[in-house]
Amino acid sequence: MATIQPVELEPHPDVALVERVRGGDLAAYDALVRKYERQLFRIAQHITQNREDAEDVMQDAFLKAYEKLEQFQGNSKFYTWLVRIAVNESLMRLRKRRTGKMVSIDEDIETEEGSVQRDLADWAPDPEQNYNQAELAEILRKTIQGLPQGFRIVFVLRDVEGLSTEETAETLGLSIPAVKSRLLRARLQLRERLSRYFRRNKAAKEKSGKTGVGK
Amino acid sequence: MTCKEFLASLDDLIDGSVSAEMRAELQQHLGHCGHCEVILNTTRKTIEIYRSHEIYELPTTLQERLHAAIMARCKKGC
Repeated sequence: MATIQPVELEPHPDVALVERVRGGDLAAYDALVRKYERQLFRIAQHITQNREDAEDVMQDAFLKAYEKLEQFQGNSKFYTWLVRIAVNESLMRLRKRRTGKMVSIDEDIETEEGSVQRDLADWAPDPEQNYNQAELAEILRKTIQGLPQGFRIVFVLRDVEGLSTEETAETLGLSIPAVKSRLLRARLQLRERLSRYFRRNKAAKEKSGKTGVGK
Repeated sequence: MTCKEFLASLDDLIDGSVSAEMRAELQQHLGHCGHCEVILNTTRKTIEIYRSHEIYELPTTLQERLHAAIMARCKKGC
């Protein structure tokens, strides 16, 4: 039986790049920025939900990482360390926008157990085919934006960006059970919300009618 | 196995981290519970859709501008 976390026998390729940056090689940092800038931008935009903020967060995160590279211990992946900086920068940016109101990844988390939805229609086969790219992107954006912040971040890191449960926990300062519980509820809530668009016979009706993505 | 117990293992099943024994129990539940089968299939699809569609794309021109700005500031020692 395979384990969830493969044992890494060889050092991650980023380790050598980080070492070169520490030795003053700026081209090595250029390579690291290029490698991760899209991911950082996406994560920042998922959290701040604002394009200008995401641009600022991405820049600030890379600058901060460069300044603090000496503090990077190497016992976590460089990418995980970078994501942690970007998540913190994003939360700070949100706090600023809300004029000092505390913002944390625990925001909007309800404590009761999520109930099992009974309205369960199966989805059409390949339901995304019923929408064009722009419509689909809008549906996916609106749906994920409706998730509580603390669920959204976990889903994005685990399922969109592919971090492991352990890395997500480390990045967000959460316990592993907390990450697992949030991930399950995030997935189920997203599934339920997407059902409005994707359930069998529904997509075709919406497409032919006037009802748009904003419903 | 109840639906609630099935749901508690849903993520492990999706992520492929259940034991063979547990997998067999989950499969058995799926065999007679259409409700959980729909949940499993559509949750898998939900993840797949979000994975395969980039909803916050960084346009190349913006990427190049931001990249250049970051590297210029690093060059100056930030």
